[in-house]
Amino acid sequence: MSAYTASIPNAGNINRVEFDNGLVLLVYENRAVESVNITASIHAGSIYERPERSGLASLVSSALLTGTQQRNFDEIHASLESIGAELSMRGHIHKLGLFGKALAEDLRPLLETASEALSYPTFPAEHVERLRGERLTWLQYSSFDTRYRASKAMRQALYPASHPYHYGTYGDEETIAAVSQADLSTFHANHVGPDGMILVIVGHVDTEDALRLVRETLGDWRNPEQAEVARADFLDAPGATERQTVFVPGKTQCDISMGALGPARAAPDYLAAQIANSVLGEFGMMGRIGKSVREEQGLAYYAYSHLGGGHGPDPWIVSAGVNPDNVEQAIDSILWEVERLVSEAVADEDLADNQSYFTGRLPLRLESNEGISSQIHAMESYNLGLNYLAEYKDMIFRISKDDVLNAAQHYLDPKNMVIAVAGPQPDASTARNTQTREK
Amino acid sequence: MTTVTRHTLPNGLTVILKEVHSAPIISWWIGYKVGSRNEPTGKTGISHWVEHMMFKGTERFPAGLLDREIDRAGGTWNAFTFMDYTMYFETLPADKIDIAMAAEADRMANAIFDPEETESERTVIISERQGLENQPTFWLQEEVRGAAFRVHGYHHEIIGDETDLRAMTRDDLYDHYRRHYCPANAVAVAVGAFDSAEMLSKIEGLYGSIESREAPALFVRAEPSQQGERRVLVERPGKTAFYEICHRIPDAAHEDWVKLKVLDNVLSGSGGASDNKTSRLYQALVKTEIAAGVGAMIVPTIDPYLYSIIVTLRDERSPAEAEEVLLDEIARLQEHGISGEELSKARKQAKAAFAYSTESVTEQAYWLAQSFVLDKEDWFEGYLDRLTRVSADDVVDVANRYLVPKGRVVGILQPTDPEAERE
Repeated sequence: MSAYTASIPNAGNINRVEFDNGLVLLVYENRAVESVNITASIHAGSIYERPERSGLASLVSSALLTGTQQRNFDEIHASLESIGAELSMRGHIHKLGLFGKALAEDLRPLLETASEALSYPTFPAEHVERLRGERLTWLQYSSFDTRYRASKAMRQALYPASHPYHYGTYGDEETIAAVSQADLSTFHANHVGPDGMILVIVGHVDTEDALRLVRETLGDWRNPEQAEVARADFLDAPGATERQTVFVPGKTQCDISMGALGPARAAPDYLAAQIANSVLGEFGMMGRIGKSVREEQGLAYYAYSHLGGGHGPDPWIVSAGVNPDNVEQAIDSILWEVERLVSEAVADEDLADNQSYFTGRLPLRLESNEGISSQIHAMESYNLGLNYLAEYKDMIFRISKDDVLNAAQHYLDPKNMVIAVAGPQPDASTARNTQTREK
Repeated sequence: MTTVTRHTLPNGLTVILKEVHSAPIISWWIGYKVGSRNEPTGKTGISHWVEHMMFKGTERFPAGLLDREIDRAGGTWNAFTFMDYTMYFETLPADKIDIAMAAEADRMANAIFDPEETESERTVIISERQGLENQPTFWLQEEVRGAAFRVHGYHHEIIGDETDLRAMTRDDLYDHYRRHYCPANAVAVAVGAFDSAEMLSKIEGLYGSIESREAPALFVRAEPSQQGERRVLVERPGKTAFYEICHRIPDAAHEDWVKLKVLDNVLSGSGGASDNKTSRLYQALVKTEIAAGVGAMIVPTIDPYLYSIIVTLRDERSPAEAEEVLLDEIARLQEHGISGEELSKARKQAKAAFAYSTESVTEQAYWLAQSFVLDKEDWFEGYLDRLTRVSADDVVDVANRYLVPKGRVVGILQPTDPEAERE
């Protein structure tokens, strides 16, 4: 093991502690920086909300920092901002995410505020109303954002209304308007608690100090009402191509969002699918799609693919922004590349390139506190084991061309993708596809 | 802080080195002192387009080769064009940095600008512009800058005007490249895990033989003084209104710039926590439910530019309401100054923000390269000291001298009925 390999986060240098209340703390000392970072998650995402209250979990996460039993809005934020600290909460599909950073000397006030906001929020009515107004403004603005609209249309077509992934975490104008202060309090009481919480602390900090601070601030937190962890169902792939066209007035460019059901992070073929995705739309200048759509045909500034890979069947997405006249040509080119990926094994050189890419970029990913925190959080959250990064290189180089082909075939089928386009009024040639299913 | 060393090669290339051994990584930057500021009418967007063409390869490093080699090495590379400069960078594991250094040396002098590639890239760049046009605030920014700068090159967007993007030729681009891409108009910066003496020797070997030419005379037209407030109105389909107010401020090397930076922290909170809720403007506009958000921008520039505050209005609130509150807040600051608490907060936030923004070798290298192109070499090392020396009186002084109606440019983005667009 080289000196560097020994220094990457692993079971030997990450200190993992399970608290009685279910909280799992992971601490990694990084003396190369002056700051400290905290990253946490709690099982309180949008998967726990009803469709008619879509956006509730996200509003709860935003409202946690608007007032507590101990301090009001101004007092909370003055305490953070006076020390140059950042603390934010965000609602994701499965989890409520917490992110904070401060100069190393200020870890205590950062943890104290985080603990207070999670444990004793009061959801003051005036701030709930203010947040509602801000969210509605954001939703109205986004309704004219072609990228947002294409992505939303793709998601809604890929997942049925009975599935939590059908809904955006920010909700809709109707559902946000309907959320009450009581909804926020009830959701908090039922879902925000220490059981299953993961807290990662990385930075210029002594492990014993961090452990003591967490014990003092979050060690006694209990929530007996906290609900069981929910899972997202896995679905069958669409049985046909589905086209969605969204007219957004006043635009000059179309955004294309094409999706298929991708693997969960813990799926055995996840890494092989990641390599397949990289070949398709990531490696070099946005992979094969970027080479074809941007470099060779000059159709788009951006055209790439992305693999989600979370707790459930996140989408495998291809995105592109093109002139309305070039939409069909771009879609055809992308589908041709998807067809190629699922019908022929990647070349030896492609596999070697991508194996080198995935393993070689690890040092860059681990350069910052945020990068280290994110990796440690993922290892814990997806049960990858704390030696995952140390073993990562071997895992990547064990992947074969057949593994990549099998993963691509498992998740992608160019004849069964959802294709959403948002942009200016389509002309007659593209209007034929509006809101239709094609075999 | 590790020492920064500076060197100048015989051909005029400035070299800045900083050893950082916390991770086995090196960030390598080449910055050219040319940007959209130096573009005449008819050639707007040319600096940015040239930046794109630099990725189309040289004979030694054909297009796509470096994409592959850098990704294979687990690195990252990119480039960006600003008003004042164009930057190229690669961050790689330390033992793989040589290829990036060699490639940047090669494309400083030997980029091909193949005519077919130029045409293919024309549509890519127009697509990039059209993507920006899909954002209503892009139209507002373009109009506000156009109103603020009648003569100076800051008047057009970095992406350029579409009419120029359609008209420029391969030879225009190549000529721009040949004139501006030379050692005397460039800076090379390395930050990371290396030995400075060895690194300098390597740089001399790779860059020392590049043809020496005098730094080009840059196209710059000074903006005449503004003779009164200017206003623009932009109407786009949508539901959200925006209000922007700009005031003229001096260049980054001017002693007042850092005072204005502290003033901005007090007003908008930028430079501190990402969403600074105790700032005066957040309290006056967002907490009172006039705005859904407020932000400000003060960027270091070579020539005098703008301090801009932009407000996202909530439904059924008007730009006039936002303006009244904003002007009241400016007047309050001018008349009553700032508190010791606000000054102390600004200093602590600056210290924290500086620490966060310099934790990666890539960010440190950018700071150093930017310092050079702004003609303020101690910008990076002396930044915190300068900021800490700003007093409460300094802040009031710059507020009174710069936040004045005569140097004001106001822009309003008024949403129009989307249904009318369907007809």
